[in-house]
Amino acid sequence: MAHLSGAAVKRIEEICDQYTDEKTPLIMILSTIQREFGYVPLEVQEVVSRKTGISVAEIYGVVTFYSFFSLTPKGKHVIGCCLGTACYVKDAQKVIDRFCNDLGIEPGGTTEDRMFTIDALRCIGACAAAPAVTIDGKIYARVDVSDVPKIIDEYRLMEGGAA
Amino acid sequence: MYATSEELKRDVQKFADELHGKFDGSDGKKYMVLCGGTGCMAGGTNDLRAAAQKLIDKENMQEHIVIRQVGCFGLCSEGPFIRVYPGDVLYRLVKPEDIRDIFYDHLMGGEVVERLVYVDPATGDKCEHMADIPFYKKQKRIALHGCGVIDPNKIEEALGYGGFQGLMNALTMKPQEVIDMILASGLRGKGGGGFPTGRKWQFAHDQVSDEKYVVCNGDEGDPGAFMDRSVLEDNPLAVVEGMAIAGYAIGAQDGYFYIRAEYPTAVERVNAIIKQAEELGLLGDNILGSGFSFRAHVRLGAGAFVCGEETALLNSIMGKRGMPRPRPPFPAVSGLWDKPTIVNNVETLATVPYILREGLENFTCYGTERSKGTKVFCLGGKVNNVGLVEIPMGVTLRELIYDIGGGIQGGKQFKAIQTGGPSGGCLTEEDLDTPIDFDNMVEKGSMMGSGGAIVMDEDNCMVDVAKFYMGFICDESCGKCSPCRIGTKRMIEILDRITSGTGTHKDFDELEALGEACKTNSLCALGQTAANPILSTIAHFKDEYIAHIDEQQCPAGVCKDLINYIIDPDKCRKCSACARVCPVFAIEGKAGKTVFTIDTEKCIKCGTCVSACRFDAIYKG
Repeated sequence: MAHLSGAAVKRIEEICDQYTDEKTPLIMILSTIQREFGYVPLEVQEVVSRKTGISVAEIYGVVTFYSFFSLTPKGKHVIGCCLGTACYVKDAQKVIDRFCNDLGIEPGGTTEDRMFTIDALRCIGACAAAPAVTIDGKIYARVDVSDVPKIIDEYRLMEGGAA
Repeated sequence: MYATSEELKRDVQKFADELHGKFDGSDGKKYMVLCGGTGCMAGGTNDLRAAAQKLIDKENMQEHIVIRQVGCFGLCSEGPFIRVYPGDVLYRLVKPEDIRDIFYDHLMGGEVVERLVYVDPATGDKCEHMADIPFYKKQKRIALHGCGVIDPNKIEEALGYGGFQGLMNALTMKPQEVIDMILASGLRGKGGGGFPTGRKWQFAHDQVSDEKYVVCNGDEGDPGAFMDRSVLEDNPLAVVEGMAIAGYAIGAQDGYFYIRAEYPTAVERVNAIIKQAEELGLLGDNILGSGFSFRAHVRLGAGAFVCGEETALLNSIMGKRGMPRPRPPFPAVSGLWDKPTIVNNVETLATVPYILREGLENFTCYGTERSKGTKVFCLGGKVNNVGLVEIPMGVTLRELIYDIGGGIQGGKQFKAIQTGGPSGGCLTEEDLDTPIDFDNMVEKGSMMGSGGAIVMDEDNCMVDVAKFYMGFICDESCGKCSPCRIGTKRMIEILDRITSGTGTHKDFDELEALGEACKTNSLCALGQTAANPILSTIAHFKDEYIAHIDEQQCPAGVCKDLINYIIDPDKCRKCSACARVCPVFAIEGKAGKTVFTIDTEKCIKCGTCVSACRFDAIYKG
């Protein structure tokens, strides 16, 4: 991301203004930005800093501390592989390894075409569905390693690409 | 707006009657109740709802048959469920194509659809009603009161099911009397530590300050546990009420929910119920004419396990990095914005209204000498009945695993049950008759923890499990103090060594020394307990560690570096199914002509070929 558009700067400032009644609004501002823009790069942090008077160092510290915030954009489809204990004892590691192998990225990484991001999640509370994978909010239950290629194809086809 | 308790009580009776009408048929309608828990939603609750609605519309039965969606029923492994009223018949493992039979045979025809009723695998008995199922028999719902019964989005249903009666009772008492009652109840913090709730309240009560705060810790981070989320999603008003009672007791006017951002539904429902409560005058200024004012706010966690620690949580609410700080001062003296603050877990706060509503004796009659009441567990792993259970303290692990949990999946051998998440430990066969309570669990080398209870069988490698937890802690260490930041990293390196077959016996001494250093020198519980999963697995399963070290063998066949996938030439039918699914083309052979073989150099040990082989020809060696 080179430069922020004027509209983006305006929107970020608006978000900051939403929380002026709060004593300590930083995480609320950043969460809203993360949800709306999908990531919180340095340029955005600078705008928040100018607007709130909180130093960029402090903002950067917060952004990099919490796993919810991302410095880089995520893929169009986020594949969340649950690695909670209940899933782990039912071979969830094999499932995420297979996604990583097939997409050629590491957990937390995004494919070059920005189509997929793989996230390792800590318990999504679907322990009866272990091992569970969630993609864009849809939960895939009892995923076997052999299901992985089919799941990836489902999204590739949805995007009109070759499976 | 309700200006007084009397006004509210009059309507509460009406709400209770309306709710009862939905169960006993006195309102002349029939109800299909869907479980909205995550497990059932993953299993297709939305498809069931759509199929049912279609039939209702087709038959023009909108006035007579109503779909209701409530919170989690608990027995997630048998979901999705549909519960039919009147008659209270429970259907399990329902698929969209089953809706037709439920609709025409049962709702229209009055005949129970026998094939969808739960069958007790032990006796073969059919259990038409939820209460007949062994899974539910030893349970007592206190913190989960209303969960799976009421529609969490409708405050009228919560109010008609006992909601806010605890607070109304509290408001007729003096704050000190409320604290005395909680002290006398023996209620202990259910986030894991087990600190007496009443004592925490007393500390905060005794502080003189113009502002005080109640914080609800909903940063449930234990991987494999979702009790708090269920309570927040399924009966949010109970937690709001518990928080308000705590506020009244200590003299606070503001309460903060700190909920993981990963729980969007919980956040949404808590926000919605707070709004409804404000509109009815149940939150805000001068609640029910008592002179007590209280407001509830919601703050989102942003994904940091350490924020479950109370001082880290408070820092996070204040917009900072969620790092713990030394105590004292304890939050009860100096917490949020340096004001006296109590931090209570979701389940603890959800229990408070029950005590105030039902009275001391109806609470203290459950539990053991030093741990009163109940505890919610998230029973998972290799057990038949996976789900959410609330048991009176004192129930044994054996009852939890075998009576409630229905035993081990596939008739395999039980190996261990892990409680307390990354801070806890493994309990084995010899501990199974231990009554579950805060003190017994610690004595046996684990801890109660927030309620994760993961059952493991013979196919789980305990060294790998220890490595899993250590990897988690290492990722989640906030980095503030060196024993935890560096110690956890060194421990995971050692475990990596052992699981790849290059460990030595000296590693045991190093793990113990590092574990001790973390325990005695870390600032917060995350570091202090970091080594527990390792130490407890070494204590109970040292032979497994030794097999990895001396023989470069993983007895459970889990650790990748120590296993190879091999095709048994006698069983191979030359079908090529394995070769076709191999993602790295490591399997060679000619279909119909030669048996297939795996090139172990190329193989990434993903296990896909095992699933593909219909002849069980591929084994781990």
